Amino acid sequence: MEARIQKEARPDTMLLNMGPSHPAMHGTFRIMLELEGEKILNAEVEIGYLHRGFEKTCENRTYFNLLPYTDRLNYVSPQINNLGYAMTMEKMLGVQVPERAQQIRVLMSELSRVSDHLTCLGAMAMENGAFTVFLYMMKAREFLWDVIEFTSGSRMTTSYIRIGGVRADLSEGWRDSVRTAVVETRRVLKDVHGLLDKNQIFLNRTRGIGAISKEDALSYGWTGPCLRSTGILYDVRKAHPYLIYDRLDFDVPLGEHGDNYDRYMVRMREMEQSLRLIEQVAGLIEDKKPRAKAEEIEPTEAVRIGRLQKPLQKIRLSPNLEGSEKERYPEILTGDAPVAVPPKEDTYTTMEGLISHFLFFMKGYGIRPPKGDVYFSVEGGNGEVGFYIVSDGTDRPYRLHLRAPCFHIVSAIEQLIRGRFVADVIPTFGSMNIIGGELDR
Amino acid sequence: MEKENLIEEIRKRFPAEIVSDGETLGDQVLVVHQEGLRAVMSGLRAAPFDYAVLLDLTCVDFLATENRFEMVYHLFSLSRNRRLRIKASLPAEAPVVDSLVGLWKNADWLEREVFDMFGIGFMGHPNLKRILMYEGFEGHPLRKSYPWRKEQPLIPMKD
Repeated sequence: MEARIQKEARPDTMLLNMGPSHPAMHGTFRIMLELEGEKILNAEVEIGYLHRGFEKTCENRTYFNLLPYTDRLNYVSPQINNLGYAMTMEKMLGVQVPERAQQIRVLMSELSRVSDHLTCLGAMAMENGAFTVFLYMMKAREFLWDVIEFTSGSRMTTSYIRIGGVRADLSEGWRDSVRTAVVETRRVLKDVHGLLDKNQIFLNRTRGIGAISKEDALSYGWTGPCLRSTGILYDVRKAHPYLIYDRLDFDVPLGEHGDNYDRYMVRMREMEQSLRLIEQVAGLIEDKKPRAKAEEIEPTEAVRIGRLQKPLQKIRLSPNLEGSEKERYPEILTGDAPVAVPPKEDTYTTMEGLISHFLFFMKGYGIRPPKGDVYFSVEGGNGEVGFYIVSDGTDRPYRLHLRAPCFHIVSAIEQLIRGRFVADVIPTFGSMNIIGGELDR
Repeated sequence: MEKENLIEEIRKRFPAEIVSDGETLGDQVLVVHQEGLRAVMSGLRAAPFDYAVLLDLTCVDFLATENRFEMVYHLFSLSRNRRLRIKASLPAEAPVVDSLVGLWKNADWLEREVFDMFGIGFMGHPNLKRILMYEGFEGHPLRKSYPWRKEQPLIPMKD
């Protein structure tokens, strides 16, 4: 099958394939270029190399089971995808999330946003020859992922934010790891500003290149840092505040020209704002009182005693991933019955707990939102991450559609590189932060 | 303009095209006739309604019903900071709807995706071909009639 560009190309020009597997294409992604010398006359983008059938798979999974698939959309900031899905479901179910869980969610989504921007800019700088910047940024990202790993148990595909709250409470000593991450990231940002802001090589390759007008950016449905780089103020956190963002103090950095340099700058300044948010929300989260350990016993011990008599002592419950907590984690998970997984101690020790466990996981039961459809969106690393879910009243979504911010941004790339040189493709592509998992679903 | 006034205003402007309006979970929804979709959309895009952004465009397959396919559009107005959902039903046989490529540039890829996944035709689309699946793929995977586990490998699978 011939591509459009092959049919339209002039006979005296050269057709060149960039990708799908190309050293500068992070992700499999193909651009066909029609060249006259070094100049790009025309371009055609082909996507879909990472298509996994996300939406079809979700239609065949229960609402609880499909959460890990959302991790694998934008795999650099998985927690924001979790959040988008969980909050869409909460809107549909009408669930109130505990205050502490909301604070933890803000903390996690800002950590993810910073790591998303670090990855994007690190890769972009590396492709322009600034390998140092890449290494610095990856170093900072490790500190951020330490916080995430201590809390959720994994670095990337965390499935940490659940419908109704979060999976576990913050780890012990989280405050120190957050402090280290913020300090280290600030240091890296300062270094990177010094390395790139006035770097002539970087400026030549980014300033005025890949520029988009305000009208075009809106017409292409751009959101997030890429839209804000053109000077349009639209941030889901400000426009449709969710969680506790309306009570936090942060600015939304704007660009002017919508070129590669502005996209770089907006992302850099957004990271500073995210670090501010992390500090604010870390101040809001209260330290938990140390648990009284004396009169409590281990759950297994309680089962052993329970065979002979009813245990008089309180059962010791841990709120982290090592075990699970009683009373349906009142601080971090909603108490509404069919929304969150029942506590494991109950499942293992009482009949009622076992029944509620079965009622949650059995086919045809579990989370069953009322008939209808819902759209909800959060601000992701790339822009507005929206979920459109149609429910038919069963335990699986009838239709689940993701509004992937990447998809809209990438559809403009043909226009942005037309008339430029081959070398301009790389920084333009890099500044957009194309994530294959989200683009191809 | 207040929420209610806005919907009334839109209804007044397009009395013939709009089937119904409503609100689900705080989202405004308009149902329009498929024939009048393009007229309504271009009206909404311009002043005074100013829905300048096509946030999203997708389709739902209601297999058992007479009007099997339902196109779902999400519009967003920056000046009003408000979203609007537009729906239009299409028949099961040869579903075709007007393309919005002339109004919004991202409609190009979004409509290609719906064509790819649901087999909906878009009248006036300049380059309607598959986008996520490959050329030569048979059927439309997000239709309810397409089996979930059906595979069409391009090269023979290893045992």
